[in-house]
Amino acid sequence: MDNVQLLISGLANGCVYGLIALGFVLIYKATEAVNFAQGDFMMLGAFVTIGLTNTEYMGLPFWMALPISIGIMAGLGYLLDRLVIRRMFGQSQTAVVILTIALGFVIRFVAGLIWGHEPQTLQNPLAGREISFGGLVLGMEDVAVIVVTVLLTGSLFLFFSRTKLGLAMQGASQNQLAAYYMGIPVKRVQGFIWALAGAVAAIAGILFAAKGSVDPSTGLLGIKAFAAAVIGGFGSLPGALAGGLIVGVIEPFASRYIAAGYSQIAPYALLLAVLVFRPHGLFSQVRVKKV
Amino acid sequence: MRIVFKTDYMQDIRPWKDGYQLSLYLILLAVVFAAPWILDVFYLGELTNVLIWAIAGMGLMVLTGHTGQASLGHAAFLAFGCYSNVILLEAGVPFILAFPLAGVITGIIGALVAIPALRLHGIYLAIFTLAMSILVDDIIVLTEPWSGGVSGKYIAGIDLFGLSIDRWGTPMLFYWLVLAVTVIVALGYINLLRSPLGRSFIAVRDSEVSAQAMGVDIARTKTISFGLSCMVTGWAGAFMGMFAGAFNNETFSVVISIELLMMIVIGGLGSIHGAFFGAIVIGFLPQFLSIAKEYVGALFGGSTVAIPGLEFGIFGMILIAFILFEPMGIYGRWLKIRTFFELFPFYRKDMFKRQKSYLKTERLR
Repeated sequence: MDNVQLLISGLANGCVYGLIALGFVLIYKATEAVNFAQGDFMMLGAFVTIGLTNTEYMGLPFWMALPISIGIMAGLGYLLDRLVIRRMFGQSQTAVVILTIALGFVIRFVAGLIWGHEPQTLQNPLAGREISFGGLVLGMEDVAVIVVTVLLTGSLFLFFSRTKLGLAMQGASQNQLAAYYMGIPVKRVQGFIWALAGAVAAIAGILFAAKGSVDPSTGLLGIKAFAAAVIGGFGSLPGALAGGLIVGVIEPFASRYIAAGYSQIAPYALLLAVLVFRPHGLFSQVRVKKV
Repeated sequence: MRIVFKTDYMQDIRPWKDGYQLSLYLILLAVVFAAPWILDVFYLGELTNVLIWAIAGMGLMVLTGHTGQASLGHAAFLAFGCYSNVILLEAGVPFILAFPLAGVITGIIGALVAIPALRLHGIYLAIFTLAMSILVDDIIVLTEPWSGGVSGKYIAGIDLFGLSIDRWGTPMLFYWLVLAVTVIVALGYINLLRSPLGRSFIAVRDSEVSAQAMGVDIARTKTISFGLSCMVTGWAGAFMGMFAGAFNNETFSVVISIELLMMIVIGGLGSIHGAFFGAIVIGFLPQFLSIAKEYVGALFGGSTVAIPGLEFGIFGMILIAFILFEPMGIYGRWLKIRTFFELFPFYRKDMFKRQKSYLKTERLR
């Protein structure tokens, strides 16, 4: 029973990692760039929501603040693409990586200026409620996290594989010039995907802040989500979720069954192993093109 | 307008273009050699710090700037160099042997790390090295008997040729020691770039496919590049340990890795000058900010306010500005200014314009 409890809390944590990883993968899938600031995006989304709902700030009702903060983050994502990322059009991946790391620094600095460096929690209607289910006691937040994540991943997956816009995004990432010739508005597609990634980051941030506390350095969690995205294979949405779940589940079990000191290594050791033996992730998308 | 006439094939691979350029560098060398008599102790320490960062920057520049392999984990090699230097010194090895050995050990570790990393490209390599950098913190804690773990290690002064060299006791001697290593590394780097090996590094950076077609053994080249890069970084790490005096598992954190990479990007990727320019920025930014804060505080009549994270925020903004407006870094800007005067009045605005490029996926090859 203990193990099941561990599993559930691990899954809930893993879902948050999965959601951040989803942001990485979205941007990677559509622009072939890696947004190292995705973790900081999540942190910012959490703080925007806290700023809107918590009574010491604006004190809006929770359900009203949700769409507003998701909208704000989507707008920020779009602006970021419009003002910064778009100038990098066609440049090497490494340049974009370094740019987004720098962005992460700036976002952390700005969030610290506005909301301070104390850990804060989101006041939400789910807090403290529990469900008993066959001897298991589950926090409502954990259940909400899992449900929202599965729904979001599923709908994004369908969006990419079924809709015209989703396919256009995949095309734009594989060959910008060819996609442009086919009449895909590559730049607008990029702007849209950054907005989408901002929205996903907001959702991840809200769920994270509801489960625990956030402070400006929470964004560094992005590195773990990064491990999740890599383990799942960059470029695969269900892979990102699976990677997140793997990392999330390994953590509580490792800290319970492996000697202290070794346990926190587990996710990174797994990451290194995956990179060495399956360099493009468990759900790899790399194929050799047949001529 | 200055014209260089080439009358000899040797002129193409000579490290300096003409006597004028050579004399400029010799003057610069004389000035930095005389710095201890010009500067006070505090700024001498800062200058030493800048030189140490420049060595580390040159280490990473070989790998990232000239071989095109982005590494977000070089703090790990700083740590290896620092710890192996101290452990060798504690074992009674004289500094003259311990210091080079520390670099060689780090280089061998780096080359070993390169073997699994050879299969990785671009961002995957960055992630691999990032994870390694995170793990080093835990490894240092786990290998406590040697590394001292969380409580860390101390390093006192060292003896070299009968002189006692200490960062606090004899800052001038320590400065000259660092300067000597910096000059040796820089000269080695300049010569490396003239050699077939250095040319093959650049070939691998520009196009792996073409390099392979020209007969460059990519795996071997990358491994050697990793090894050399880590060796130099190890030396910088050894100096960082001696400069700080005390260090533990948190001294060489991931943030240092990221800072190092950002430093060479600001300085200018793919140039030795870039490592030095970047080191100057990273070394003097904290001083500059504290002076600026005092000034601003005095301007508004209030006392100075402590803004946590300000340094990194400003650093990030500088970096973003550089990547957007001057991707070649400070060195690129300097090159443009110099060309403007050398070609005066024939400089044209689009001379350094980049070619338009479009991205193709790496997932389908």
